Amino acid sequence: MNMVTRVSVQTADFDLSAEVRALHAQDHGVGAVASFVGTVRDRNAGEAGAAGDGVATIGTISAMELEHYPGMTEAAIEAMIDEAVRRFDIRAARVVHRVGLLQPGEQIVLVAVASAHRGMAFQACEFLMDYLKTQAPFWKKETTPAGSRWVDARVADDSALARWGVAAANAS
Amino acid sequence: MKVQIRYFASLREALGASETVELAPGSTVAALREQLLARGGRHAELLGRERAVRCALNQTMSGESAVVPEGAEVAFFPPVTGG
Repeated sequence: MNMVTRVSVQTADFDLSAEVRALHAQDHGVGAVASFVGTVRDRNAGEAGAAGDGVATIGTISAMELEHYPGMTEAAIEAMIDEAVRRFDIRAARVVHRVGLLQPGEQIVLVAVASAHRGMAFQACEFLMDYLKTQAPFWKKETTPAGSRWVDARVADDSALARWGVAAANAS
Repeated sequence: MKVQIRYFASLREALGASETVELAPGSTVAALREQLLARGGRHAELLGRERAVRCALNQTMSGESAVVPEGAEVAFFPPVTGG
């Protein structure tokens, strides 16, 4: 792994192109970079445990506030990257997660992984997102015309992590 | 012994961001939660056994069977919803 910063939790936006470029600039053994960007939706997908996504839209979201556990959040994501390095043949990884007040359409999270060939980059990127969704201490509060509410965790996110043989025990 | 408690998200809004409590040496996280529950009121409501409450011991996700060391930081929070 290279020595650039692997984890950032910040209020500021991020630049996908710049992050990807930095991830492999010093390492010409990299042949693949897979990245994922999560953005703020303007509608809620329904209650936790509801069947499927986007079925029961309960309101328009005008703002999203993200809270985290300073110190633990960064350490938890660092540990996830360590685990990804153990499991997959990857050369570098980068996670940026925003906190504070965000508007619909804004970027929330970036996961980028560099490897020699695409397979490992794709897999490690998905693994890191699945891990992050259920094990990194972040909490979303959404504002709708009906007021503000804390977002419920989804059982589907626990199931996503279970595919990798890891018990999430977050929503369920 | 003294233990630092931290709350996040909906628990923080109801119970405050942090507090220091006196806990018997050798107590588990579950015993600490029971002690907080026994206060009644908002604590009983927010930390009730019917609620999905997750915890971290010294900033690592933890089960409630873990023993709390002296001077520990124990956090209680709802299931996480980042990403």
